[in-house]
Amino acid sequence: MIKAIVVFNNHGKPRLIKFFQHYNEDMQQQIVRETFHLVSKRDENVCNFLEGGRWASGKNSDPENLIGGSDYKIIYRHYATLYFVFCVDSSESELGILDLIQVFVETLDKAFENVCELDLIFHVDKVHYILQELVMGGMVLETNMTEIVTRIEEQSKLEKSEAGLAGAPARVVSAAKNLDLPKLPSNIQLPNLPSFR
Amino acid sequence: MALKKVKGSLERVFDKNLHDLVRGIRNHKDDEAKFIAQCIDEIKQELRQDNIAVKANAVAKLTYLQMLGYDISWAAFNVIEVMSSNKFTFKRIGYLAASQSFHEETEVLMLTTNMIRKDLSSQNQYDAAIALNGLSCFMTPDLARDLANDVMTLMTSTRPYIRKRAVLIMYKIFLKFPEALRPAFPRLKEKLEDPDPGVQSAAVNVICELARKNPKNYLSLAPVFFKLMTSSTNNWVLIKIIKLFGALTPLEPRLGKKLIEPLTNLIHSTSAMSLLYECINTVIAVLISLSSGMPNHNASIQLCVQKLRILIEDSDQNLKYLGLLAMSKILKTHPKSVQAHKDLILQCLDDKDESIRLRALDLLYGMVSKKNLMEIVRKLMVHMDKAEGSMYRDELLSKIVQICSQNNYQYITNFEWYVSVLVELTRVEGTRHGSVIASQMLDVAIRVKAIRAFAVEQMAQLLENSHTVASSAQRNGICEVLYAAAWIAGEFSEHLRDPRGTLDDMLRQKVTSLPGHIQAVFVQNIMKLYAAILVKYEEDEDNDGIREVSDLLVEKLPMFVQSGDLEVQERACCILQLMKYVKKLQDKDVSCADEVAALFAGELNPVAPKAQRKVAVPEGLDLDKWINDPPSDSSDDEGPANSLFIPDDSRMMNESMTRPVVEELSDDELERRREARRAETQNNPHYLKLGASAKGSKYQEVVNVEDIPVANIDLSVPLYVPGTKRLSDKYLEAERQARKRDKKRRHGKKSKRRHKSESEEDVPVVHKVDIMGGEMPEGATESGDEGNLELDDNDPHKLLDIDLDRPLDADEKLPVRTHRIVSPSAEDRPVEEKKKHHRKDKEKEKKRKEKEKKKSKKEKKRNKSGDDSAHPSLLIATELMSPGHEAIPSPGEEEEVAPPSAPVKKDTTPKKEEPKDDLDFWLSGQDAPVAVEVTAPEPGAAADVDSDAEDTSRHKKKKEKKAKKEKKEKKEKKEKKKKSKVANDEDVDSGRRDGFEELNSDGPPLPPMSSYRLLAEDSNIKMTYETRVQSQQGQQLIVSVIFTSLAEQHLKSLEFNVMDSLNTKMDRLPGATTHDGVPVPFQLPPNSFNEGQFAFQVQSINVAQKLRGTLTYTIKTEESSTSEKLDFKLYLPCTAFLIATPCSSDAFARLLQGGELSSKYSIKLSSGGAPFSHVLAKVCFYGHFAIVEQIDQSASLYSCSTQGHHICLLVKANGGGDVSIDGKCADGSLLSNVMEEIKVTAS
Repeated sequence: MIKAIVVFNNHGKPRLIKFFQHYNEDMQQQIVRETFHLVSKRDENVCNFLEGGRWASGKNSDPENLIGGSDYKIIYRHYATLYFVFCVDSSESELGILDLIQVFVETLDKAFENVCELDLIFHVDKVHYILQELVMGGMVLETNMTEIVTRIEEQSKLEKSEAGLAGAPARVVSAAKNLDLPKLPSNIQLPNLPSFR
Repeated sequence: MALKKVKGSLERVFDKNLHDLVRGIRNHKDDEAKFIAQCIDEIKQELRQDNIAVKANAVAKLTYLQMLGYDISWAAFNVIEVMSSNKFTFKRIGYLAASQSFHEETEVLMLTTNMIRKDLSSQNQYDAAIALNGLSCFMTPDLARDLANDVMTLMTSTRPYIRKRAVLIMYKIFLKFPEALRPAFPRLKEKLEDPDPGVQSAAVNVICELARKNPKNYLSLAPVFFKLMTSSTNNWVLIKIIKLFGALTPLEPRLGKKLIEPLTNLIHSTSAMSLLYECINTVIAVLISLSSGMPNHNASIQLCVQKLRILIEDSDQNLKYLGLLAMSKILKTHPKSVQAHKDLILQCLDDKDESIRLRALDLLYGMVSKKNLMEIVRKLMVHMDKAEGSMYRDELLSKIVQICSQNNYQYITNFEWYVSVLVELTRVEGTRHGSVIASQMLDVAIRVKAIRAFAVEQMAQLLENSHTVASSAQRNGICEVLYAAAWIAGEFSEHLRDPRGTLDDMLRQKVTSLPGHIQAVFVQNIMKLYAAILVKYEEDEDNDGIREVSDLLVEKLPMFVQSGDLEVQERACCILQLMKYVKKLQDKDVSCADEVAALFAGELNPVAPKAQRKVAVPEGLDLDKWINDPPSDSSDDEGPANSLFIPDDSRMMNESMTRPVVEELSDDELERRREARRAETQNNPHYLKLGASAKGSKYQEVVNVEDIPVANIDLSVPLYVPGTKRLSDKYLEAERQARKRDKKRRHGKKSKRRHKSESEEDVPVVHKVDIMGGEMPEGATESGDEGNLELDDNDPHKLLDIDLDRPLDADEKLPVRTHRIVSPSAEDRPVEEKKKHHRKDKEKEKKRKEKEKKKSKKEKKRNKSGDDSAHPSLLIATELMSPGHEAIPSPGEEEEVAPPSAPVKKDTTPKKEEPKDDLDFWLSGQDAPVAVEVTAPEPGAAADVDSDAEDTSRHKKKKEKKAKKEKKEKKEKKEKKKKSKVANDEDVDSGRRDGFEELNSDGPPLPPMSSYRLLAEDSNIKMTYETRVQSQQGQQLIVSVIFTSLAEQHLKSLEFNVMDSLNTKMDRLPGATTHDGVPVPFQLPPNSFNEGQFAFQVQSINVAQKLRGTLTYTIKTEESSTSEKLDFKLYLPCTAFLIATPCSSDAFARLLQGGELSSKYSIKLSSGGAPFSHVLAKVCFYGHFAIVEQIDQSASLYSCSTQGHHICLLVKANGGGDVSIDGKCADGSLLSNVMEEIKVTAS
């Protein structure tokens, strides 16, 4: 089972939070903070796993205790300015989850066309919808990228058809509002991973 | 109206949308909180409007704010409003908000049931999908119960997109509504073979999650998963399945054997690292579960280790990490194989990645030997000096202690070295492990007598330097070592060089800054020291000294009296008063050293950690008895409970009586009482229940610990003194002392390191470890791990421990939509059903309790024996000891591997047996190749079968037969192999080992090695048969006949008939006379074969039976058909009724001494040059015996007949190729017949 999926940037600002078991908001923020604390101090070229019961022992408020003891692992990847962090239990394959993160990011890349942190900032809802195609209730739902992208596109179409004329003014206004957006390039560069598939 | 709408949408233009919110927050970096508060106000306004689009916009913004940590639960109702919108866009926003913020306690969820139901059945698949997605995040017990049926329907949806979600969400439903599991399970199982890979993967996912927590319930699915594993190409699915198998193998070693080969193939073939890694992991799990045996084990281990080495050497840190992780699993069972890669692992200690270093540390644990311990520890200490971050340093420290102390200090040859290491460790900056070091110091000083002098000296030094420790380490635990130091110095003060100096050290002002419990120890040991000093001074008649030291104490002790810690204060007061009194005496020139010393006379022995628990309850003391009468309202509960208990008691007595009398009667009595008490506790709802694990362990004890087969390990390691001291140890010690003297020349750690090349035995033992086991109450023995793995009560999976193989009861279905279901009342259901569902609800439980009492108790017992499955022999032994003990038709039984099913069950629900049988058949073809070789004509033949009333049952049988056929094929192959290699002794040996292992692991119901004999043959058909028995069915014998077609044509209407004798009767179809044959339920296409089973009832089993019979069949050609007849004689030897039952040597000895086995019989047979082991294998194989013990050229064998006769054999090889067999049994004629048969078959 996947217990939580968190995306935050290099400064620990959350960009996506998805918990598959309930924590109140304060706790969620604390988990994000502590996870960031642990993950951000790791070098680029060390392994991407952190084990529960190990990596945070000593503090009273161990995230691993929050997320449930030594059966749990944190598996993360760092892309450009973003950390993608998955907290999973022992029923998940470590390399499999790394692979899943890659699928997730590649899907984002396809859906947003060269995804960057800004996309995640302004379209967190869409990111959620994409994630919902991959993972459901903490279990992996689909890993086939084309299938996921097709489904997302179909849903966008559905959304557009519903908006119809009534949505037009809103779109115009938001387009106008977007004009002054500062240009922030910083694409997430997708490194080539050794294929696990 | 239209105007309003336009106006609404115009207004919307000026509302902030999500974009604006995000941008706003980014633009208000300085006063973010203020800005957001303002936004929330706006949102509240928006939520008050009627326009759903405005509301949705507001909710979308709330979802974003939720991510930033703002509580949005106040808007829950609005979220539901948005969810209920008809538009997909809004619905999706609503469901997203709900999935992020709702949880089980969200009250408004009650309102959503019908809305979600509507969405689930929506025509738009995306509506249904978002509903399912949302539901997966906020499932509640109510929703689960009310929607289970709808989700079930969706599982058969035509759209895979929905199907896979429905399948996944079933898991969440099971967690909240365990009653759904059984009714839904068949469909879930079906989905394993869904045409869509996504759905299949979802089903695998769900079952894996379920099985992870309750693996034994899912064993029967192993064949399905096995098929998936060999056929699927989806790595995600494969990984899940392989992980699942890893969880299942510990429960069923035969499964492991079957897995090894396909897994090995995968390891060789796959290019996906993730899959490779999981395969290796599962192979390791398999190897752990198989204790020994399989000849190609080594190859598998080597393969794993070799592949892991590749992973570890990879530049990818992730692979390196995982490689080390898996390596540590191998280490537990095959340390040798890992040790070969020591270089690599030591290298990883220097890795820049901390996680990898920690993993490597774990491995070091298993790499140490006497030779390299010091070297490794030194290396770790160097690391510790360099290490950054206290966390890693602490880890290193605890690893050092762990490595050194493992196995009772097995690898430590020089304890002086170890003590100095411990002292060095106290200088580690800021460690948290002070108490660990302290307990090590205490342990070593107490248990290793020889080291005390040295240890005391070191401790004195520590006390002298206590200021450094005490000051720097007040906040973290290193001052704990002073606790140990003070105690050791005080307790063993006779070894102190300068007791006076140490006393001064302990009386320093600084000491009062230590934590209370340490001060308390100081105070106590100051007194000990004082007593020692007093004795010494009095001997020397140094009166000044006496006076001075007494004054010192009287002067200094008040500083402890002022302590804030009660314990310190109390002790100090006490001792101060004592001192004053002593001083008064001294002033009168009365010597009182002896009296003071007497306060601390005697040696303190360590007490075993479990000793307290092992103290037997004294006779007449009933811990569970009410001291005061229970509250009145419960008194009605107790009445019926007691009356129900009575019939049970007699059964229990029976059980304890039939158990072999190992203990004195008093013990027996005690035991019974204990059991009775447990039973009483069981059904009285007012008692606090013991944890299941505690009960389990107690049960184990009751069964008699001696029966647990304990392998005697031949220890070449001279240092290791196991457990409690025995008289013989003293001699051993003396011998060791002598050896020690010889090798005294090497001493101290530095010289030590130079002598690395010596062999293990040569490592000198500098200090004999007088490792005393802790004290235990009389009669209690140290038992292994007491804590069984039990699911936590809070774990929802506990409720999912549900038997899935049992057919569904009529009333077991998912609740369908009705008006408000009042939670299904427990009383309405059959009792057996009820006990499955442990409700949290204690109130309900109480009511049910009385009814269930009997059952549940039995079930508990069964569960316990289930827990014991690690000791299958024990389990069987119990079964064997109580032949009269009636089997209980409990579904739990199927979860166990070995025990045969109860007759009652078989009669009423024959089909129920199938899954298990299938599994058994499937499993018993272990080491043969996996490829499923079903002969082509089979399916065609199956299609031809005329459908009749039994169609369904036949269908199942067919499956079974297929499996059997496979098995048979494999067996034949194996036998052929065997024959062809007779010349090669080694191969024969390994084959034999295989056979034994099968016998042992297989248990009584199906001796899979029994050979097929020829029954009859003509030009068209050939029949071979074997016999099968089950231990609980004393009179039933199954003859399994393989019909092989030799004809070119179809063979039809086969009918098998046997002329019944007085003793033996064939089971026929209901209503048939003894002259009617039993129709064989299949046809035989050309060149095919199939297996049919015929049951016989046998009265007496002590004489071999020969039955005459006929097979009639029809040969069908295209134009005509002719009837044929084939006569045969069916020979049923006595050995057919024997079941090779494992038996411990103790139980065996008791049997022989018991005097019950009055008849003796001896035979001699010539081995014809074959080795003894070969003859033995034959005797076991054909005679259905299990080896109890084998010593060189003799062996004791044991078997039990279906009617409970114990047969004990002693097989001895006499010189010249003769083998003599002596047998003992209660039934003389059975014995003689069996042995004559053995003579024929084995020679």
